[in-house]
Amino acid sequence: MHPALQGLLTIAIGVSGCIGYFYFSNLILDRFIFPAKGPNAGRNITRANMVRPWLFLLPAIIALGLYLAYPVIETLRLSLTERVPVPGGGPGEYAYNWVGAENYVKMMAEPKFWEAMRNNMLWLIVVPAFSTAFGLLAAQLTDRLSWGNVAKSLIFMPMAISFVGASVIWKLVYDARPEGQEQIGILNAIVTSFGGEPQTWLTIPFWNSFFLMVVLIWIQTGFAMVILSAALRGIPEETVEAAIVDGANPFQIFFKIKVPQIKSTIMVVWTTITLVVLKVFDIVFAMTNGQWETQVLANYMFDKLFRANDWGIGSASAMVIMLLVTPILVWNVRNARKEMR
Amino acid sequence: MDNIAGSKSSLQWAVQLSVIALVLLWLFPTVGLLVSSFRTADQIATSGWWKAMFPSEQNLVIRAADPDDEGVQVQQGDLWVIEGNLFALDGRSQGEISVWGTSSREIDAYAAGETAELKDGQQLTVEANGDYRLTAPEQMTGRGQRVFLTAVAPPEFTLDNYHSMLLDPNNSEGMAKAFFNTLTVTIPATVIPILIAAFAAYALAWMDFPGRAILIAIVVGLLVVPLQLALIPLLKFHNNIGIGKGYLGVWLAHTGFGLPLAIYLLRNYMAGLPRDIIENAKVDGASDFQIFTRIILPLSFPALASFAIFQFLWTWNDLLVAKVFLIDASGETTVMTNKIVELLGTRGGNWEILATAAFVSIAMPLLVFFAMQRYLVRGLLAGSVK
Repeated sequence: MHPALQGLLTIAIGVSGCIGYFYFSNLILDRFIFPAKGPNAGRNITRANMVRPWLFLLPAIIALGLYLAYPVIETLRLSLTERVPVPGGGPGEYAYNWVGAENYVKMMAEPKFWEAMRNNMLWLIVVPAFSTAFGLLAAQLTDRLSWGNVAKSLIFMPMAISFVGASVIWKLVYDARPEGQEQIGILNAIVTSFGGEPQTWLTIPFWNSFFLMVVLIWIQTGFAMVILSAALRGIPEETVEAAIVDGANPFQIFFKIKVPQIKSTIMVVWTTITLVVLKVFDIVFAMTNGQWETQVLANYMFDKLFRANDWGIGSASAMVIMLLVTPILVWNVRNARKEMR
Repeated sequence: MDNIAGSKSSLQWAVQLSVIALVLLWLFPTVGLLVSSFRTADQIATSGWWKAMFPSEQNLVIRAADPDDEGVQVQQGDLWVIEGNLFALDGRSQGEISVWGTSSREIDAYAAGETAELKDGQQLTVEANGDYRLTAPEQMTGRGQRVFLTAVAPPEFTLDNYHSMLLDPNNSEGMAKAFFNTLTVTIPATVIPILIAAFAAYALAWMDFPGRAILIAIVVGLLVVPLQLALIPLLKFHNNIGIGKGYLGVWLAHTGFGLPLAIYLLRNYMAGLPRDIIENAKVDGASDFQIFTRIILPLSFPALASFAIFQFLWTWNDLLVAKVFLIDASGETTVMTNKIVELLGTRGGNWEILATAAFVSIAMPLLVFFAMQRYLVRGLLAGSVK
């Protein structure tokens, strides 16, 4: 069957399946299990209303449990086991032997892992800092501009572009030709026009990681700007007016009046971008594939799982990513609970 | 307050200029790729894309018409003459020649309008607009005379790249198939989580039951679980239940990964709807199911649209999930992002191919972005600002 047709069929089955499930499960509950009539009508209505939330939640709970909660536990288990082919078994048959922390020990002994860790830490500091700073700058500058919305929309645009598309865009910027030829990458064109030598930017160890980070900063700045711009609009006018009356200059107003009032939003933006950074895979995969010392954890994990076929170490590195995410997870959950009270 | 802060006009100017600089800086890379996708391989390789917008001085080598071709040579009196326009021969619309020559060592031997003496008594005149006249005392044979030009040519753009990447069925690197595959992944993966999430969000927002607070906390927690953890366990699971790699697997995976955000966004929005409406409906005897489908769902349209855009952009732009759950060894089900990564590997220097492929994939999200930006911004704000 043609995949497009299959897609349409899936939409039809999926949508009608969902609606059918919700409709008929409610119907069955109200008509047959706890009918709202007869001697027990009152009790039945109460009981039906106790069950109903779970009917509404069931598909979501199954999907969340199977696709997000179970994998966390399973990955933890896999990271503590070693996958070996079953002797005499078919090509797809494997046994999982318990090895304790051995995968972690092996992983820690690999220089590539530490390279990925070091780079990830650099990414974690640089990308959220610059994205948030540029975002705040753009939000403040465009705030009272007549064409501010157009400017914002253009800075926000990279959000819609895929990481892979962005990688192609920036690879053209970093393109390098041998010396003496016409440079078609803008960065080298600028360097050579000032008399410098053309550089192959992506192969210079250590600094090349920063050239990759630029891509993510370019994408995430728009996100930071949109959120922070809304926060800036939410600042009570009186506080700014009072500062103007007191003779504060625009810089003082920005740093002493506005920024302190949107501190919590800055934190939210920072942590959201941190989460994106921890999972960054596409950019490194498409631009350098971890060569020239640009490896990061997510790409390292992909290498281990699908190139080296080592599920043990692959899962162990996935657990490292999970570990790094956990503080933000706890912080988010605590904030959400505080709000609900 | 505007006029107070605006009294410092020099500051206003600085602000205007910095915003212009920032916007240009942000647009520049994308524009570069877009312009490149409309240029030929030759043009891209010989000059930077930023020069493509302006008339540029180019060195061209163009061969005059072959004397052996029928009707090219005409006899005028005792002379054999070949006439024509060099730019027309090269398939260019126009240009302006400053100097020219007939040998690669002396490409600037003559100015436009001058006449060159060639071997065997032949004479060649080239005008600034490309018209040339070659005369000889005897009938000419062999290939056409080569002319080296230095000319200012207007910018030229071509749609050939898009034609070959999208419409040419013989191009094995074409994007048409990958485009439809991406579409096939995206639409069900956007529609199905919305429905499941909407019911769950209603229960979490408006129904009272024990464990509600904990469930919400769990959703918030799952919001940040890296999907890297899910790859192997789910691939194993899909293989065990017989789905293997394929569309069904990738739809299910995207549904699962999209649900936490969907539930979170929709719950926040629904919880903010006025309580009166729902209580009045209840008093009037409406069931929860009716309240949900008749009142809540229509009122939640902005939140539904926000999430739909997120999920669409995310599934359209995704590489990792498609690589793990969809693309098998046959490569029949490849999506655009994967195709581009492959092209980056095999055609690293062919920017006309890369740029076009990238823009085929970027065009749709950009369209959605500019058309529905309002909902996107609203969704972002609902998802983050507390």
